[in-house]
Amino acid sequence: MKEILKTNELSIEKSRPGRRGVRFEQTQKHAADYLPANLLRKSTLNLPELSEFDTVRHFTRLSQQNYSLDAQFYPLGSCTMKYNPKAYDTLSVLPGFAHAHPFAPESAVQGTLELAYNLQELLKQITGLAAFTLQPAAGAHGELTGILTARAYHDATGGKDRCEVIVPDTAHGTNPATANMAGYHVINIKSAPNGCVDKAALKAALSEKTAVVMLTVPNTVGLFEPEIKEIADMVHSVGALLYMDGANFNALIGLAKPADFGVDIMHLNLHKTFAAPHGGGGPGSGPVGAAKHVAPFLPHPIVSHVNGQYTLADNRPESQNRMKAFYGNMAVVIRGYCFLRQFDGRTLKEIAENAVLNANYVRACLKGKFNAFFDRNCMHECVLTPPDPHTTGVHTSDIAKRLLDYGFYAPTIYFPLIVPEALMVEPTETENKEMLDAFVTALEQIYEEIQTDPQVVKDAPHNQPVKRIDEVSAARQPNLRW
Amino acid sequence: MFIPNTKEEQAAMLAKIGAKDIHELLAQIPEKFLYPALDLPKALTEQELAAHVHELAAKNKPLKNFIGAGMYEHFIPAAVPALSSRGEFLTAYTPYQAEASQGTLQTIYEFQSCMCALTGMDVATASHYDGATAMTEAALAACRITGRSEIVISQLLHPHYKEVLKTYTRHANLTVTEAPATQEGTLDLNALKKTLTDKAACFILQTPNFLGSLEDAQAVSAAVHGAGALLVSVVNPISLGVVQTPGEYDADFAVCEGQPLGNPVSFGGPGLGVMTAKKAYVRQLPGRIVGIAKDKDGKRAFVLTLQAREQHIRREKASSNICSNEALCALNAVIYLTLLGPQGLKEVAELNLERAHHLADLINKTKKFHVKTLAPFFNEFVVQCPVAAADVVAKLEEKGIAAGYDLGQLCPQMKNYLLVCATELRTEEDLNAYADALGGI
Repeated sequence: MKEILKTNELSIEKSRPGRRGVRFEQTQKHAADYLPANLLRKSTLNLPELSEFDTVRHFTRLSQQNYSLDAQFYPLGSCTMKYNPKAYDTLSVLPGFAHAHPFAPESAVQGTLELAYNLQELLKQITGLAAFTLQPAAGAHGELTGILTARAYHDATGGKDRCEVIVPDTAHGTNPATANMAGYHVINIKSAPNGCVDKAALKAALSEKTAVVMLTVPNTVGLFEPEIKEIADMVHSVGALLYMDGANFNALIGLAKPADFGVDIMHLNLHKTFAAPHGGGGPGSGPVGAAKHVAPFLPHPIVSHVNGQYTLADNRPESQNRMKAFYGNMAVVIRGYCFLRQFDGRTLKEIAENAVLNANYVRACLKGKFNAFFDRNCMHECVLTPPDPHTTGVHTSDIAKRLLDYGFYAPTIYFPLIVPEALMVEPTETENKEMLDAFVTALEQIYEEIQTDPQVVKDAPHNQPVKRIDEVSAARQPNLRW
Repeated sequence: MFIPNTKEEQAAMLAKIGAKDIHELLAQIPEKFLYPALDLPKALTEQELAAHVHELAAKNKPLKNFIGAGMYEHFIPAAVPALSSRGEFLTAYTPYQAEASQGTLQTIYEFQSCMCALTGMDVATASHYDGATAMTEAALAACRITGRSEIVISQLLHPHYKEVLKTYTRHANLTVTEAPATQEGTLDLNALKKTLTDKAACFILQTPNFLGSLEDAQAVSAAVHGAGALLVSVVNPISLGVVQTPGEYDADFAVCEGQPLGNPVSFGGPGLGVMTAKKAYVRQLPGRIVGIAKDKDGKRAFVLTLQAREQHIRREKASSNICSNEALCALNAVIYLTLLGPQGLKEVAELNLERAHHLADLINKTKKFHVKTLAPFFNEFVVQCPVAAADVVAKLEEKGIAAGYDLGQLCPQMKNYLLVCATELRTEEDLNAYADALGGI
């Protein structure tokens, strides 16, 4: 059938001169009456001209060309795509919060400050750490905050010469990039054959030059470091700090407190463990917590409660690292607070327990077809491998695209780097058994297709808005704007 | 509530796994760390939670806002949140699987295009955390491009932006030097020329500057380029409806806090870091960028591109550790600009000019308070008060008005000066009420 309605146009291609989406009150005078000619804009403004209805149609249609968690299962490893409760959509944008100006008198924003303070206290409670800042805007921003906090700590305590950060090869790419931004030299260490930290390699790398060891717990192959306390002791014995990347905290929430096993600094992702939506790539929120000896070095400001008033005026002369213009992504912070308030000391652990149960169930169901790289119980995610691509000719990237045809987003692929052709699956606790069974069935069917009709997998996707995209073509001659 | 599986289903799943209970699955965690005591408050039902959070929101006072200083309240058409809050956008992940994420990808491409149109620059990224971090990352890119290690900034740069810049450069063997301002609250061009040496990688200009005055960007640009440095311009996006663009004065990078474009102030976050540049620098930009590609059938498709700059490929050699963008805020901005179009943006910019200048006239008429800003301004200016600005702020709060930003916070000599902003949201009535309140002091 010939396409009559054009479905693939840009807003600028729909633009018709003279159309308007919104009108403003007419002014008596114009820009030239207020500003000298040399300060006036001379170039035309190439924005689309659409009616409000055109605009609504345009963006509604675009929304329909998206996978989304509200509609579909996202088994993305290390991303914790759990349900984003609808109540928080409304609560996070209440006018009282949305209109609060960051420079308003503190007496006029006590509600916002009280909420932030409450969340800081809750995060301290569930991690065992002594202080939290809600300032960082994302997980990677939290990492940088944490490493700069460590650096401020070392600088003030005789550790100015410490210049190295140790990162295992299973780490997220953000870890080494962060350490580099903080001016540290990155020492990569190989993992042991069981996927955990190779203690001998760590020991060899540790020295009086080590500032920080960055560990993701559980690690990116979905395993907890059983000897975490011993590792922490090794790190501390050379005077270094242990940084925990808390991207995978969904596996531990309510089950264990990082402070108990020796973590000095960690970040959390409110857009993962604490059910804030990902918004197509952000905004997130990456609170950073620190143990008592490091807490004075967290960035200024932190909300404190003094004489019955909540205030950002904290007196910590050691603090020097403002990470962004204003304190925290408050709209996301509100969501994280809402989530935590819906659990108590008895029910909080059910999050992690069910996240672990769901991941192990998927792992067990796919055994024999997509085997776990490490054949043992995992935490909140499992890292699977496909049938040998050397014999089938079908790669993980093909399987990922074929899953889209079956109505599932792809798992995280080719990560962690130490697992060839990795498919990293994190179901989260909010998916029910039927959805997991359906996902397993889809992968089983793809497994059959790999044997009988590999081309259908290699040509996938077939039923998406576009066919397989040649990503290299975009980088060759970049077209980045109209 | 959020955990669907029943006891029976959990049992069936455990049977499939071959574990007798969930505890067995947790054997990796040493027993001594498992199940710590948690002192948490009572779990709230949705109804209780809503009541509690409404109560907190109600503790914030609804003041008529005359504060800008980096975050600006503007009118947000209803279609903006109505569209951006659709679950299909809100709950989508980063568009790594491009074929299944064309919606998000196309909105980012359109956002990048709108940012280029607005600023007159060649390329834009998919966005950064906020204006301060976008500016900082642009300065770091300028250092990489020029191979120089000094970042010169305007004394009249937003104080928090200065702090963020210092945070990011403290351990990078880079120096930050301030070029002074004149008594009139604009940059001292002669002093700038002296400050710029062959060590300067870039100069960071803010216009309107922190005190609200528009700078002579053309002259600054010539001086900066004359010294072989790059120009990073920090702008107000709404002002660009009428004010000369960074492209017109040949800026190398133009950045801004994009919050005024369809996003609430929300106590300062989330912000929207807009980063634009000349085409030649595209491979030095940090963060995500969307481009046009073709699918197998030759059909136009959108995709994350130039990823060889990014941390997941380059690890410690990446141009930045950034691993997200403020996609939802960028979506608000592109919907906002699509609704306004070129004429709407010009109108709203002119309304800002009108309201702010009218307020300035009313303030001068009080005879006690005087507008100190002499240079052209957009929607914000400095007022000299007969008493401490902090007292003015406190007095006006009693009348339901947020009077402005007390410049005494920056330096004691400025304690009688107030930075005041009026956007199109402030009606004639609001402006009169403000002037009357000042007159009553």
